Amino acid sequence: MYEQIARNKRRTFVMLAAFVLLIAGVAVALGIIFKAGVAIVPIAILIAIAMAWTSYFASDKIALAASRARPADGPEYARYHNLVEGLCIAAGLPKPRLYVVDDPAPNAFATGRNPQHAALAVTTGLLEVMNRVELEGVLAHELSHVRNYDILVSTIAVTAVGAVALMADLGMRFMWFGGRSSRRDNNDSGGLGIILVVLAFALLILAPFAAQLMQFAMSRRRELLADVSGVELTRYPPGLISALKKLQGDQAVVHHATRATAQLWIESPLERDEKTEADGSKKSNWLNRAFDTHPPLAERIAALEAM
Amino acid sequence: MIVVIIIAVVVVLLVLFAVATYNGLVRTRNRIDNAFSQIAVQLKRRHDLIPNLVETVKGYAAHEKGVFEAVTAARANAINAQNGPPQAQAENALSGTLKSLFAVAEAYPDLKANQNFLNLQEEITSTEDKIAYSRQFYNDSVLGYNNKIQAFPGNIFAGMFHFTAREYFEGDPGEQDPVTVSF
Repeated sequence: MYEQIARNKRRTFVMLAAFVLLIAGVAVALGIIFKAGVAIVPIAILIAIAMAWTSYFASDKIALAASRARPADGPEYARYHNLVEGLCIAAGLPKPRLYVVDDPAPNAFATGRNPQHAALAVTTGLLEVMNRVELEGVLAHELSHVRNYDILVSTIAVTAVGAVALMADLGMRFMWFGGRSSRRDNNDSGGLGIILVVLAFALLILAPFAAQLMQFAMSRRRELLADVSGVELTRYPPGLISALKKLQGDQAVVHHATRATAQLWIESPLERDEKTEADGSKKSNWLNRAFDTHPPLAERIAALEAM
Repeated sequence: MIVVIIIAVVVVLLVLFAVATYNGLVRTRNRIDNAFSQIAVQLKRRHDLIPNLVETVKGYAAHEKGVFEAVTAARANAINAQNGPPQAQAENALSGTLKSLFAVAEAYPDLKANQNFLNLQEEITSTEDKIAYSRQFYNDSVLGYNNKIQAFPGNIFAGMFHFTAREYFEGDPGEQDPVTVSF
């Protein structure tokens, strides 16, 4: 179990490194295409830093507001508070702020930038449907996102995807409108120059897709890791297993969830069929799964039962 | 000249490493002490809740005197017990009497519907969870600390600064059977 956590943590680092490489690759590609327009690179990096800054300090407020969460005050949430307090003692964490989302679909998410500035939100549906041990399993899963700094990693991932997309987009625009002089330069430098430009061009087109695929893969891995380290807190796998089975049987969709916040929730809050149809075509099973933010519930249950 | 610089750099690095290791050991040791006091805080909380619970149950099941006396006596024992194994034993005995109190309550539908009783039951259950969790955190902290001072190179500094291994909190063997409280 502990080795599984360690392996997943290493993978997360590899993923973050890959993100950095991708951003660097896009920057180099831009540099190659615009021999005169290298100034774009620092501008893009500055914009990326500004985005990172905002998301670092305001991501939790944005996520909570977007999901219409309200603070969990009042005696009816005593069990919710008590369970989180107990788990925080077990994990050695400060108690996060607790929120409730008025929604019949059972679901939960964690947000914030570090354990000192973390918040948990659950739907009223979750509080209704789950019994004590199941709710504890779900809350332990969410608290593990806080403890493993997943909440920060996902913020960084969202920002990195945004930065790559922005840089690639900027590059393409300048290509059409301001690329005349640089094209002449490349013709002078012969065959190698042209190949480089073509490669750089291909990288610019593919980078945003690559970044998103990586974001989704990382999100899925972190869900499995949070399941395992949540159970490490409760020392009681059947609680989370039975909670996930209840989620499996439930088909409801969270109303105030969007694609952007999808990776925050314990179970994918979106409808799967809707997603395939929105793209107009029927995707193969593998491709469909590549764009999911969460591993299939059956897979997560099997992983827990194997422990 | 170059040799002197290299030696100086190595010495500075070694000192920095020693300081970092020492501070890390102090931090983990303090965490263990904090974790230990957290257990006491939760035990105290349970002691404080019990008189209320007994009064509430008495209102509905006044003739179950034996159970009330057992709980009250076990509570007094636990409060007065010496630190260490005697205290752990007294607390375990208290857990046992509480279990029988909740078992008695099962037979009184009016009591089970009482909001005050339900609140107290929630509080006691979660406090017992917190006792278990604070023991778990204590043991996890001891595990991390013992690993640090017994593995290389921490063992060198641990020996130099007299950091000694801590003991785990051992559960009561009688508590192995699962506790079931229905709601």
